[in-house]
This record gives sequence, structure tokens and C-alpha cells, in this order.
Amino acid sequence: MAKVATHRFTLVLDSVLPSVERVEGAAETLARQAGFADEISLQISMVCREAAVNAVLHGNRYDSQKHVTASFELTGQALIVRVGDEGEGFDAGKTPNPLAPENLLRTTGRGIFLMRALMDEVHFRQLSPGTEITLIKNRHSQESKA
Amino acid sequence: MSMKFKTREVDGVTILDMSGRITLGEGSGTLRDAVRDLVSKGSKKILLNLEGVDYIDSSGLGELVAAYTAVKNSGGDLKLVNLTRKVSDLLVITKLATVFDVQEDEASAVGSFA
Repeated sequence: MAKVATHRFTLVLDSVLPSVERVEGAAETLARQAGFADEISLQISMVCREAAVNAVLHGNRYDSQKHVTASFELTGQALIVRVGDEGEGFDAGKTPNPLAPENLLRTTGRGIFLMRALMDEVHFRQLSPGTEITLIKNRHSQESKA
Repeated sequence: MSMKFKTREVDGVTILDMSGRITLGEGSGTLRDAVRDLVSKGSKKILLNLEGVDYIDSSGLGELVAAYTAVKNSGGDLKLVNLTRKVSDLLVITKLATVFDVQEDEASAVGSFA
């Protein structure tokens, strides 16, 4: 794999839907820059989109006084994206399993599952106030997880 | 690109040719409105042609489920055809492939409606 310099930048965004596109676009650009295959780059951008949607809708609830902070870091080992909101926080361990038969016909609740299915590591951290999701894709994991 | 669709009829089956992205704020509401409209007009056999759908997120998956449920609750049937690999993969990992009747091509899909 070609050596890629470490990159790090942060976006502080309003709690509006166009912010979701900003996060998604930045993630895809950085993933391609890291040398991830097209398919994996799109998976990375999609789960970052899911995290941003959660932050805007469920975390900040479109509150114009609250912001979404998206930090992107590309190291020699991994692409790391952190998405934080200023909401009331939530317990990721209590989200229903969308694969359970009784949940298959639910219209929501698949975002966090997709993050866990498509990334190598997903971590949740409670802020005060808010929640930060950390998404990590190792640069050696070039095979699609889908 | 936001979602677009065209509606046509083949042998009593209403086919929605969809293209673009089915995501929160872009295509999900469009799909919901389109299927509700068809159901309200009495369509019972609905086939979603996803050949032109290159991107779908969890909100889009939720809208597919909502469309499926709405049609089933009206006594109809909703099937999918021409899935891209990306969309197909998403249905598999979310186990929605066990919910939807996914057909390989339009002719067999149309013929599969009772």
C-alpha cells in the first residue's frame, strides 16, 4: 500500500440535513485518499452518514443552537471518524436488534447495526451533553464486510 | 441525485422504475408517497424496479419496509427486481432479503404475481 501522510481535520456543522451530506462527502473523499477500494469507500461514507443522521435528528433534534462535530483522522493504520452531538445522549446497548424476527418489519433502528456490520470498530462515548460515535476502519481490511 | 420514478403497467402489475438515492430527505418520502398513492388507487400487485437505485441508507431501507407493509396490509403484494449488488448486499446483512420477494428479472417478476 502506498504511504499516505496522516491527515486530520474537524468540521463543526449546524443541525441540518445538508450537514449529513458534508460528513458523507468528507468521509468518502478521505477513504478514497486512504486507498480503500470503491466499494469500501462507499460503505465508510454510508456509515458516517448514518452517524451524522443520528446526530442531527436524534441527538440534536434539528436544534439550531446545537452543533454536530465531525472529526476525521487518517493514520498509517486506520481511518477514524468521530461524530458528536449535543443531545441528551443514549444507551447504544439498549437499541433493539434489527435482525430479531420481531424487529424485521420495523422501519427504523438499522443505522447502528450497519455501522457495526461495516466498520472494524464502533465505540460510543457519553459527552456532557451529547454522544460521540467513533468509527474505525483499518487500512489493511480491504475486503468488503457486506 | 435524489430519487425519481416512473410508473407503468405490465399484465396487471404496477411497476415503479426507480432511480437515484433512497435516503433520508432525498428519496424516502418520494417512495412513501408513491406507494401510498398506488395503494389508495387500488393497486394490489406492485413491483419496485431498483435497477437505477445506486444508493440506499437505513432510512431508505425503512421506507422499503413501510412500503411493503402498506401494500401487504391492503391485501396486495410488493416485490423487488433488478437490485444492484450494493442494495442486494444491504438486504442480506439486514436480513431483509428474508422479508422481500426479490426477483431476478422483470418477466419472471411479473409472472410471479398470482
